[in-house]
Amino acid sequence: MTYEIICAGFGGQGVMLIGELLAYGGMLEGKNVTWFPSYGPEMRGGTANCSVVISDQPVGSPIVSEPDGLIAMNGPSFEKFKGTVKPGGAIVYNSSMIETAPVIPGLKMLPVPTNDIASELGNNKVANMVALGAFIGLTKIITLASAEKALEQVLPERHHKLIPLNVAALEKGMALVK
Amino acid sequence: MERVMMKGNEALAEGAIRAGCRFFFGYPITPQNEIPEYMARRMPEVNGVFIQAESEVSAINMVYGAGGAGGRALTSSSSPGISLKQEGISYLAGAQVPCVIVNVARGGPGLGGLTPSQSDYFQATKGGGHGDYHLIVYAPGTGQEMVDLIGLAFDKAEEYRNPVMILTDAIMGQMMEPVILPPIREVTTEKPWATTGKKGRAKPNLINSLGIIGEDLARINIELQEKYRKIETNEIRYEADGTGDADLIVVAYGTTSRVARSAINMLRAEGKKVGLLRPITLWPFPKQILADLAAQGKRFLVVEMSVGQLVEDVILAVNDRAKVDFFGKLNGTVPTVREVYNTINALLQKGGA
Repeated sequence: MTYEIICAGFGGQGVMLIGELLAYGGMLEGKNVTWFPSYGPEMRGGTANCSVVISDQPVGSPIVSEPDGLIAMNGPSFEKFKGTVKPGGAIVYNSSMIETAPVIPGLKMLPVPTNDIASELGNNKVANMVALGAFIGLTKIITLASAEKALEQVLPERHHKLIPLNVAALEKGMALVK
Repeated sequence: MERVMMKGNEALAEGAIRAGCRFFFGYPITPQNEIPEYMARRMPEVNGVFIQAESEVSAINMVYGAGGAGGRALTSSSSPGISLKQEGISYLAGAQVPCVIVNVARGGPGLGGLTPSQSDYFQATKGGGHGDYHLIVYAPGTGQEMVDLIGLAFDKAEEYRNPVMILTDAIMGQMMEPVILPPIREVTTEKPWATTGKKGRAKPNLINSLGIIGEDLARINIELQEKYRKIETNEIRYEADGTGDADLIVVAYGTTSRVARSAINMLRAEGKKVGLLRPITLWPFPKQILADLAAQGKRFLVVEMSVGQLVEDVILAVNDRAKVDFFGKLNGTVPTVREVYNTINALLQKGGA
């Protein structure tokens, strides 16, 4: 089994972090994983994205061009990557910023008002965690417990006091998936 | 053993520390900046030396000094910066100073861009500076090899008193992958040649690359060539995956070997017989295995992020015994799995050698 993911959004929306959490979570579950960031001039202003591969086999290309799963945090990212998702794949998109999204046949599509939910939790910065929670709820690619453990490893010590808030956001996102 | 996620650049830096590297000299350039950043923080913790030099030229000559005094010295840069270091690298080769040079390559020529590239292959393997010399050149294919090969690089540099290069690229440097780090090693290599002070010896040690009298220079070159033949005999490394039953073998290193592997997995799942030959040492080059596979009737596809550099060594090794095709991407673009898959499929359908 090889599962490939693209996380995309504006710089500052935390898409690199949720990609890292997916990769760490996969590693903690004993999988082979890679995380590869977009970098360079495109990070100034435009969309930022990262590729994550989670696999039982050694990972080949770390750059994903036909993902099984997409997390799109803003309109431009949704437009850029929506056509690349494999048939049968999944898209979680931020419906707080993407008001109308076309239904793409053959894909599981989940709108998540990540900014609204994050604001309800009292911190707009955890919108990315709401999206990640919904994504792992929808795809089951890693467990919530692995994502929580990954937070401890990815976040620097000085931010560990924010872990309960991040976990609450993950749970809120996950609860959206029936 | 615990697996930790690290960017390739950081894995390489920590691997160097664990292998006893205590001297780092560098000058900033994307996409290798994680290496000096990491070293700036880490070296003081192990009583090592980190210096951000005023230029690449200065940094490579600091390596000459530290390596000549017997230390495990490292410098890293990216393509344009490596070009600047070439004079120093030639001197290091001529003076037989062990050291390691890392090139996290980006697109050229000239100032180029920040995108990954494999177009420094000629420069790395054919002697980028002046004179008849060779570096040992390793091309890591995984995060783990970033750690393992930099350790090996320091050992081989000392064993042969020769500069060693790690040739990698922006993708390998920026990608995070789980790695297992070895414990920190004590380095106990005897270096009677090192310039550490005369201390009871009758003659002072002298490290230079000067052979002003013709016969002396010839003798130095004979000595170097004998060393290179020994390296060619003993140090070739490669990975052969599924080459036994393969009709077509992809030859690729580093990032493109990863892309090729994904394409090969897709083709194998369809029952197509495709293998991968991944050189780990780019110099010495794994000629014999390619010659042997060619003699068995295999055909080859070379995949590179360049207009074709590795492919020349493959053609030389195969020596007209088999067909060699090429798929390359110009600097600024990266081959996709689909492109490599389609290229292989088209070749298999065309058939014939």
